[in-house]
Amino acid sequence: MTMLVVIEHDRGALAEAGREALTAARDLAERLDLEVHAVVLGQSGADLADELGAHGASTVHVADHDLLADYGPDAWAETVRQLADELDAEVVLSVGTDRGNEVLANLAARTDLPFVANCTTIDAEDDDQWSMTRVQWGGSLLEDATLSADRKLVTFAHHAVVAETTDDGDAEVVAFEPDLDPDDDPTLATTVIVDRMVMTQGVTLSTAPVVVSGGRGVGSADGFGPLEELAELLDGRVGCSRAVTNNGWRPHADQVGQTGTRIVPEIYIATGISGAIQHWVGAMASKKILALNTDPEANMVTKADYAVIADLHEVVPAISAEIRRRRGA
Amino acid sequence: MTEDGQSVETAHLGFTTSPHEECAVEEAVLLTEANGGTVTVMTAGPAEAEEQLRYAASVGATELVLIPTDEADGPWDPQRTAAALTEAIQGIEAEHGPFDLILFGNESADSGGYQVGVRVARALGRSIVNGIKGIEFPEDDPDVVIARRAVDAGFEVYRLPRPAVLGVKEGLNLPRYPTMRGRLASKKAELRSIDADGDAGGQAMIRLHRPEEQVSTTEIIGDSSKSADEVAVKVVDLLEELGVLTTGGGA
Ligand SMILES: Cc1cc2nc3c(=O)[nH]c(=O)nc-3n(C[C@H](O)[C@H](O)[C@H](O)COP(=O)(O)OP(=O)(O)OC[C@H]3O[C@@H](n4cnc5c(N)ncnc54)[C@H](O)[C@@H]3O)c2cc1C
Ligand SMILES: Nc1ncnc2c1ncn2[C@@H]1O[C@H](COP(=O)(O)O)[C@@H](O)[C@H]1O
Repeated sequence: MTMLVVIEHDRGALAEAGREALTAARDLAERLDLEVHAVVLGQSGADLADELGAHGASTVHVADHDLLADYGPDAWAETVRQLADELDAEVVLSVGTDRGNEVLANLAARTDLPFVANCTTIDAEDDDQWSMTRVQWGGSLLEDATLSADRKLVTFAHHAVVAETTDDGDAEVVAFEPDLDPDDDPTLATTVIVDRMVMTQGVTLSTAPVVVSGGRGVGSADGFGPLEELAELLDGRVGCSRAVTNNGWRPHADQVGQTGTRIVPEIYIATGISGAIQHWVGAMASKKILALNTDPEANMVTKADYAVIADLHEVVPAISAEIRRRRGA
Repeated sequence: MTEDGQSVETAHLGFTTSPHEECAVEEAVLLTEANGGTVTVMTAGPAEAEEQLRYAASVGATELVLIPTDEADGPWDPQRTAAALTEAIQGIEAEHGPFDLILFGNESADSGGYQVGVRVARALGRSIVNGIKGIEFPEDDPDVVIARRAVDAGFEVYRLPRPAVLGVKEGLNLPRYPTMRGRLASKKAELRSIDADGDAGGQAMIRLHRPEEQVSTTEIIGDSSKSADEVAVKVVDLLEELGVLTTGGGA
């Protein structure tokens, strides 16, 4: 019996989520005595076979079709559905990125099966009913849930599992040709990417090693000038809270939190941000957090590793000046 | 949370429309301001959800639809919710013809199932793409909608035939605040109640709980008893210690 793992990649570049998915799958498959099969969609997937093998896939199915040349949630889902049927897969698993959840939701809609998104742990001893814990409220609460279904569709929350390799040997690579006919099934062809627009070059908020954020305490759009300067000195990016985007001081792309970006920097410098739970869930994966706030009782301060209790308007420019002084500029 | 861990205590907090859906309403209003038409808002929820529908009316929605849910008749999982919404949409469309565009939030702020919109779109046989932060009705083609999906470094572009369905995210626009006139009008807006239901699937909630807090002690490295320059020295020492102060970088 098999567990089918949907591997996220972008035009042949394996996403960290793909490694996480296999790592999570391996542990679960061992307990349920299932074989771990991976599916990659699009021809460029063949190049990923070694790495997928190293993360525990025993077989890698490379699905190829004109409609899979670029990402399309419905074409990906229908391909996975056909392969899962062919393998009689008991489980289809992925990681809850935007794409991972979208493909599984489309698969669930196509098959009318339940789909449990963003699990942190799955406790599956018997095949009939699983118990799991999943993320609710963007990570501020957890839900214990159960799932009964002939085929179980689940995603693990992104970053809930740390990707690890194994030395179980190479994966067998098998080609899979799905039967995708837009004449019968039009949405397959109407939901595929037709174009791309690149807005940011280089490091983005979600991958930046340093993020310098400002909240309502910054006071204005212009108030972000000193934060920009500090972020630039540290090769980092500027982030912000929702209070800031709601005031139109920064674009929404800079927002950290439940409905913004989840960040994972080496250090997060949060200035003038109270640390509401919806902000915190986007920041909590930071390795270290330095809060700068006038209020020693602010959530951001009490949850941070380090804090400075002072006016950000005085301290932020002073930090930039000190960095320049040490660099002899 | 409530004591039994079954839901979040709303007695003191009340309800609010979540950010993604607030942007969905704003976008619908913007699109009808530019192109004409009406904006229907629909929610499946308890009677208290009337307040959120009226809020939507205060910022420009024209038709308000409540699908009353009663937790006493068993749990509302994503499959049941999607079935009820689909039934209600089909009922309205049978009277008025199809909606040009149906907008969902990318995910609900509470249960975060990432699926209700996709299930409804499939049941209606329409295209859906999620994660949308830009919508355009091109002037030269009345049969499509262009949707931009935010990804890490920019946008992916999709072109969907109308009628279409989109799952949208906060950032799509900056929602307006209600005007006094809007607020008054919303009090008088007619609210339609539609009974619709469906079958729940195999997912069941047992209880909610709080994640384990990582116990952290905060090291205060400076306060206003020192000058800003003295505090800055401490901060930069820390940055150096953490190895993020690559000399010369960025300067
Ligand atoms: C469903 C939902 C989703 C949400 N998603 C997000 C999200 O993705 N991201 C997000 O950020 N929020 C989100 N929110 C909003 C969140 O609840 C808070 O309202 C928001 O984070 C508050 O922003 P803030 O900390 O900047 O403002 P405030 O809470 O007003 O805090 C301002 C802080 O600045 C400090 N301060 C003031 N002046 C100074 C000064 N001169 N120097 C130093 N410190 C100073 C104050 O002491 C205070 O702590 C969401 C809310 C909901 C309901
Ligand atoms: N009870 C409901 N009533 C109306 N819309 C809903 C309801 N539940 C979910 N939705 C819509 O479906 C989207 C996705 O929900 P979910 O699948 O729970 O993440 C939400 O953002 C809403 O737009």
